[in-house]
Amino acid sequence: MATIHIDGKTYEAKAGENLLEAILSQHLDLPYFCWHPSMGSIGACRQCAIITYSDENDTRGRIGMACMTSVTDGMRVSVEAPLAKDFRSTVIEWLMENHPHDCPVCEEGGECHLQDMTVMTGHSMRRYTGTKRTWENQNLGPFIGHEMNRCITCYRCVRFYDEYAGGTDLAAFGSRGRMYFGRFEDGTLESEFAGNLVEVCPTGVFTDKPFAQSYTRKWDLQSAPSICVGCAVGCNVFPAERYGDLKRITNRYHGELNGYFLCDRGRFGSHFVNHEKRIKHAGVRTRSGDYEFGDVSNAIKVAGATLRDGAIGIGSPRASFENNFALRELVGAENFCTGIIEAELEVIKTALDVISRQGIVVPSLKQVEDADAILILGEDIANTAARTALSVRQAVRTKSFEMATDAHIPTWQDAGVRGHAKSEKSALFIATPATTRLDDIATQVTSGSVSELVAFGSSICTKIRSSTASSDDFAGRVASTLRTAKAPLIITGSSLQSIELVQVAANICFALQEHDQPSSFLFVPAEVNSVGVSLLEGGLSLSTALQRMEEGKAAVVLENDLYFRAPAESVDSALGPGNFVVLDTLENRTAEHASVVFPAATYAEQTGTFVNYETRAQRFYQVFNPQDEIAPAWLWLSQLAETLGTGATWESYASVLDQCAEHTYSQLREIAPSSDYRIGTTSRIPRQSHRYSGRTAMNAQVNIHEPKAKVDTDTPFSYSMEGQNPGDQNGATIPYVWSPGWNSNQSVFKFQQEVAGKLAGGDPGLRLIESNGAQLQYFDVETPELSRRDGSFEVIPLHLVFGSDEMSNQSWPIRARVPAPFVLLSQQDATNLGVKSGMGLKVEGITESLEVQVDSRLPSGVIGLPQGLAEIPQREIDRVHLSVDQEFVVRTNVNPEVIAKG
Amino acid sequence: MSLQDTKPLIGRVQEVGGLVTLSDYEAGGGYTAAQKGLKQMTPSEIIDLVREANLRGRGGAGFPTGVKWGFAKGEPQTPGYKYLVCNGDEMEPGTFKDRYLIEFNPHSLIEGMILGAYAIGAEKAYVFLRGEYHEPNRQLARAIAEAREKNYLGRSIFGSDFNLDLRIHLSGGRYICGEETALLNALEGKRGQPRYKPPFPPASGAWGRPTIVNNVETLCNVPAIIQNGAQWYQDLGLTEDAGTKIYGISGRVNKPGLWELPMGTPIRELVDDHAGGMRDGYKLRGILPGGASTDYLVEEHFDLPMDYKTIQDAGSRMGTGTMILMDDSICPVDMARNLQHFFAQESCGFCTPCREGLPWVEELLADIENGNGKDGDLELLDQNALYIGAPGNTFCLHATGAIEPLQSALKYFRDDFEHHIKHKSCPYRKS
Repeated sequence: MATIHIDGKTYEAKAGENLLEAILSQHLDLPYFCWHPSMGSIGACRQCAIITYSDENDTRGRIGMACMTSVTDGMRVSVEAPLAKDFRSTVIEWLMENHPHDCPVCEEGGECHLQDMTVMTGHSMRRYTGTKRTWENQNLGPFIGHEMNRCITCYRCVRFYDEYAGGTDLAAFGSRGRMYFGRFEDGTLESEFAGNLVEVCPTGVFTDKPFAQSYTRKWDLQSAPSICVGCAVGCNVFPAERYGDLKRITNRYHGELNGYFLCDRGRFGSHFVNHEKRIKHAGVRTRSGDYEFGDVSNAIKVAGATLRDGAIGIGSPRASFENNFALRELVGAENFCTGIIEAELEVIKTALDVISRQGIVVPSLKQVEDADAILILGEDIANTAARTALSVRQAVRTKSFEMATDAHIPTWQDAGVRGHAKSEKSALFIATPATTRLDDIATQVTSGSVSELVAFGSSICTKIRSSTASSDDFAGRVASTLRTAKAPLIITGSSLQSIELVQVAANICFALQEHDQPSSFLFVPAEVNSVGVSLLEGGLSLSTALQRMEEGKAAVVLENDLYFRAPAESVDSALGPGNFVVLDTLENRTAEHASVVFPAATYAEQTGTFVNYETRAQRFYQVFNPQDEIAPAWLWLSQLAETLGTGATWESYASVLDQCAEHTYSQLREIAPSSDYRIGTTSRIPRQSHRYSGRTAMNAQVNIHEPKAKVDTDTPFSYSMEGQNPGDQNGATIPYVWSPGWNSNQSVFKFQQEVAGKLAGGDPGLRLIESNGAQLQYFDVETPELSRRDGSFEVIPLHLVFGSDEMSNQSWPIRARVPAPFVLLSQQDATNLGVKSGMGLKVEGITESLEVQVDSRLPSGVIGLPQGLAEIPQREIDRVHLSVDQEFVVRTNVNPEVIAKG
Repeated sequence: MSLQDTKPLIGRVQEVGGLVTLSDYEAGGGYTAAQKGLKQMTPSEIIDLVREANLRGRGGAGFPTGVKWGFAKGEPQTPGYKYLVCNGDEMEPGTFKDRYLIEFNPHSLIEGMILGAYAIGAEKAYVFLRGEYHEPNRQLARAIAEAREKNYLGRSIFGSDFNLDLRIHLSGGRYICGEETALLNALEGKRGQPRYKPPFPPASGAWGRPTIVNNVETLCNVPAIIQNGAQWYQDLGLTEDAGTKIYGISGRVNKPGLWELPMGTPIRELVDDHAGGMRDGYKLRGILPGGASTDYLVEEHFDLPMDYKTIQDAGSRMGTGTMILMDDSICPVDMARNLQHFFAQESCGFCTPCREGLPWVEELLADIENGNGKDGDLELLDQNALYIGAPGNTFCLHATGAIEPLQSALKYFRDDFEHHIKHKSCPYRKS
């Protein structure tokens, strides 16, 4: 620690951190642009000028940039000195020479860091009288708007996109006062992290394009703390609503998980909430096959009749823990099915067993970034848990920070650290079937069929265990690197549905433990609550459940399109009798067959809990009141229980949570405060900002009187602007970030204990599974049969960040990014078959011909089929035959809906 | 007594009356210094000798070359790990000395680089050459090929275990690439933007490795120092700075050009004796002593000797030692505008004061020059000059250099600026 003197006051700071961080960590105000808490300093904008004094006798001092100044013990600085203030105001005046005066029509207005900093410096009169530079903007695809005239050349966009996220298609062009930030030509930004540009850009150059389609000022948005439903990472998000529509998603800082960044599936994947296919009313299927809406009590009555003679319940990995619990209560544990296909469920359960073993560390994403040797076994994490891949991308920089420290370069001096390390990286080994978007930073990659990957993993394990590990082959190199690393990490997942892969990954961890090495194990499940629902004991497997339904057993299907999970033939058979009730958010093929459908709330319209890959249970809160008859599934299930006279009933979220915690994990009560939590003694936390202007205006055409705000009995929040959002409350209860003078998302530092550290009130969530002390025990991995090469092809499921997720696929911006159906083929097989990328192949069992994409890494004899595309149904596919379709015409991915939206 | 005894840089050029070919160079004792250095001296001895000779960087900053080399000495000795880079990106307005050296005496640069690379332990060296220098490029490329042929470059030079691979990198053409860290970025194929220091290039330079960047003229001095010793070199200078310097003059003199003269030759001697004095009808008003990015010197300074310390004490910088003369027919406001146009255009665009401040300054000057100046414009210029120019306010020293001629013009020629604003016209314009 160091003692520093700022304007005559004494503060404690960390020696060696930069002064800007130290000042902001004290929650003092100092304007800045180019520095970013996750990306460090480069010294480009010169906005954070302060005066540094050489000693106590120095009264003049000199201007220095806080972001480029290391904290040293006893240092004296001034933020408030007139010279510093005048210089900072001059920097704004320079930036304003060319900045348009378009705040009223700018999407950033009201949450613009440039506006905030301009006001903060006091600059108000422009003395520059010349013309302003102007640019042509680019069409950067469906996610990101581009308005270059507003650019202040802080370089944050390219630093994030290229250096932090590994993108290659955004660059700084030109020089001097003619810097341009864009692509080399119009086109969709390729990186799945492009959406972060919206938050990284301090002004309105890069904006949220879908949000702009039905724009609302930040201060008119209603929001609450929530969890992204895009995958199992559990990134914290702020969904924001107005007029009953979910308008946008922004990052909600979590020190251990997402930090400052989200992936684009998360940011743009939630527009399904406003989908025209939303089920808004309870409906009973008539003889004609249509649904009759409008009579809720009749729907409940008919559902009751359907379920009268006992029913099974099919839960869902995308439904909340409480909703799954409520279903299990209704049908009984022995009749409850998680809704996950067995092959995947077994993989998850194996992983949960591994996690509970002694000494196994499940790393948070922050811990992932500290790993110095990573093995990725099987899982294409850039597609299945994209935010994790972004952390792995930072982990390979561990070595560069060590090199920088040795060279006395401060680790926050970003350009210096990168420049000094050049291409030196920490070890990253990737063993996956095909090319991944982390290959560019990998030390070495290998490909294989699932069985080959298992064999590769076993070989690593054997070599770690044998005392004479040599690095003469790839497995040996991985083994010796992991054995000597300070923080080795093994990453695997469920997407290949191979239990052996998880076992062998665990065995590697165990082998490392035998050598007294730390062993971190990161297992990537598929969906937001895959872990949560797997923790709820259920007596039925999905195939048994489908079998029962086929036999005529009544069922309740909760938030689950079965066609998305099980082979179409078996689902067809199961749904045939039509003797089941569906609770869901969107119309889908499963709901089409139900006798009764109930409109379930999406995550944005209810309060609940999701359990992420770490087993971290996190609370998400209702952002807005759902329309029409939409209600949380547990409430419908409670009403069904009442009708049936069996199972539990609940009046409020608090009561369902209470019982759920009692029957499952008591920690569920502690992950977030209860509904009686108050700021001070009386204040609720407002979902609306204090400038929220719409309550009287919104329905003025109907009634000019202000409607009464809904009273929230479930949570500590209010549905109004009344209350306090002080910043130091429990970390799980931050509905938006704002602080006086800080209208943009940059205000988040006022909610943190220190810059980029924990939230002042703690990072949200608690892990449900910690080590139970059980000793490590090697799995006896059955060495799978190696692929036969008999002219047929082994099928490997490919997961796409845009296209393989059930709900985000229904979000219109994402749909614009979902590729046309394709088949991934190895170079050798393509040659043998006489096809090239862009040509057509018929895949046995799939009606439509698929476009060939040749992958340089895929082994021959193996093909990849993308999951989640309507044209490629879920099936039990083991091996298939291929034939060339000479007539094939490439489909362009032009989505009429997207065109209509602009 | 040969011309080379007093003019180590271009004496041989004058002796042969033009391009010094390999045979000319060898006949004049060329490559014997390199042979002596590699065979009889340790790297440390060479560094010590250069330090003792008090050779200072001729690119403009005047940093002692031996000291700089010493920074890279202790670094890892893996062969080929370090780099020597010759800064031949001569883009300073009014400066053409390096061009002359490379074009007419390319082997002296090669020999200097052999010695420099050996001294710091580099086995790879680059000449980063201004992109427009077509003829120097041709001559240097040919000279490098000749030197390779003779095994002055390549493996086991002079039978020693020292190897050197020397290559030319032609610049894409930006003034800022003359700044050594921007040069390294450009050399690596990146944007030509300066790097933050520390780390300094001797610690982490090209491709993250220890790198020494020296100016062409600096390196050309080295063979003679090795050959003749430190004392001889020190004795060449007239003042406390050692050696000779290539001085140049552009402007309305009778004989513009460049001359190798003892360090510390007085300004007036340069103008009157070597450049033949001002042309008839023109009176000298001010000079930019070391290129466009140095403060003006005026009448009161014309008797000063041109060396690092004297010129610095006079409020300017020796810079490249190639002067631009402003006579009484030139409008100081227009000249300031012209210079600021250059510097604004050559800003790399990285930091705000330089990128946004210099174009504003240019615009203000253009307004004043064109009769559109307003009350307050001079104060605005003063404020901008203060905030843009103070070292540390900007990321690198480009803007600091840009402001030097402006702030001194505002000081020495303020009447001219005020006259423009008051009378809304430029008195120097004839019409």
